[in-house]
Amino acid sequence: MQIDFQHRQSAHCENGVISNLMNHQGVKVSEPLVFGIGAGLFFVYLPFLKVNFAPGFSYRPMPGFIFRRFAKQLGIKVIHKKFSSTEEAQKILDQKLKEGIPVGLQVGVYNLTYFPDEYRFHFNAHNLVVYGKENDRYLISDPVMDTTTSLTEKELEKVRFAKGALPPKGHLYYLETVPTQYDWEQAIKKGIKKTCNDMLAPVPIVGVNAMKWVAKSIKKWPKKIGVKKTNHYLGQLIRMQEEIGTGGGGFRFIYAAFLEEASQILNNPKLKELSKEMTEIGDEWRDFALNISRVYKNRSDQEKVYEKLSDQLMGLAEREKKFFKTLKNAV
Amino acid sequence: MKKEQVPQDNGSLSKVAQEICYAVDENGNYTTVQSSGWEVKSVALDESIRLIQERVEEKKQEVKAGKLSPLAYFMEVHRMDLQILAAYVGIHRWFVKRHFNPKRFRKLSEKTLKKYADVFEISVEELKNFKPN
Repeated sequence: MQIDFQHRQSAHCENGVISNLMNHQGVKVSEPLVFGIGAGLFFVYLPFLKVNFAPGFSYRPMPGFIFRRFAKQLGIKVIHKKFSSTEEAQKILDQKLKEGIPVGLQVGVYNLTYFPDEYRFHFNAHNLVVYGKENDRYLISDPVMDTTTSLTEKELEKVRFAKGALPPKGHLYYLETVPTQYDWEQAIKKGIKKTCNDMLAPVPIVGVNAMKWVAKSIKKWPKKIGVKKTNHYLGQLIRMQEEIGTGGGGFRFIYAAFLEEASQILNNPKLKELSKEMTEIGDEWRDFALNISRVYKNRSDQEKVYEKLSDQLMGLAEREKKFFKTLKNAV
Repeated sequence: MKKEQVPQDNGSLSKVAQEICYAVDENGNYTTVQSSGWEVKSVALDESIRLIQERVEEKKQEVKAGKLSPLAYFMEVHRMDLQILAAYVGIHRWFVKRHFNPKRFRKLSEKTLKKYADVFEISVEELKNFKPN
């Protein structure tokens, strides 16, 4: 059985799944609009949570938050389910597919057989849509892939019950009811406000303050933990920032695209200006990643290199602080 | 980032898919462009793969020297840490750590060994008789 589902590729998995599921209901909504309304731009630093032998950096909110916020703003009813039993998890999935409902899943990346080996890490916050089942193979629309793919029952069970940080526990979700009318203007404004508040939050581990904390730490790391570990931490920063759209540079460009779209919907030329500024900020994040990668290659002049990286990140934090203050007043 | 600045280096993902990037077109409007990868990312990814290989090699030597049980080696091969392995086998990490001791490992029951072997997708025999070369 196969649901007539249109697969569209996206930069980031969660946005893509939402956008595709909405599209299936006949509501055209772009990836940047989902990202903006769901307040997907974020930064968090968790120095004590070790992921892949480095501290936890994240350029995104907890998995599922973008979806939850987006749905709440627009009055879409989404059903979420987690399971303790693998049989039950499969039963409910099969049942929903039989009813003709495409189902979103949170999965672990490590056992996704269609990913190249280099991408197989124990990262459990990937999202995809199952839109059918044929001869014991589930038909998969993974938004980061250009085409659809498929997984066996066993393969899908494995990724749905991946273990480690943020275990999905079979987490599935689907749209129960969608409203007939949408107040896009209100949702956009609220989404922008939320992002501004997150990024300017008066706590050290979130938003621009967290960037500043990381910036200060970069200066200390070489002495405290040695050059090798410092480089590994910085590498983690790039991977979180640039991998399959999950972060810094990439996210800034999606956000800039969102501001551009918002400027048209709200008829607010100020947002178009801010979109340009966000593009420049995104360019600088990319430059930051480029500078980190140079540290890997060129191992001389160590001390100064880390000072410079730290200063650049500090500068980015200041720039974003100013940006979000302006943005908050623009809507 | 402008459309023509979207990097088209040889990334590992390009073997299976092109990534989508948001970039500005010649009229200053956003559009999407496919990218085959970016060297900066590949460098970071390669570095992390290299570190994993280093750890795998290290553990291999320690298993060979009789300091660790094969479990420690297979854990690294599967890019796990103690917590992840413990969660997969459903044994508390304190015990998992004890099972890294070759003496204790030899005393493990078939049932426990089977749990580990299943996670590593090998047979109990392969796990028990693992000989690093």
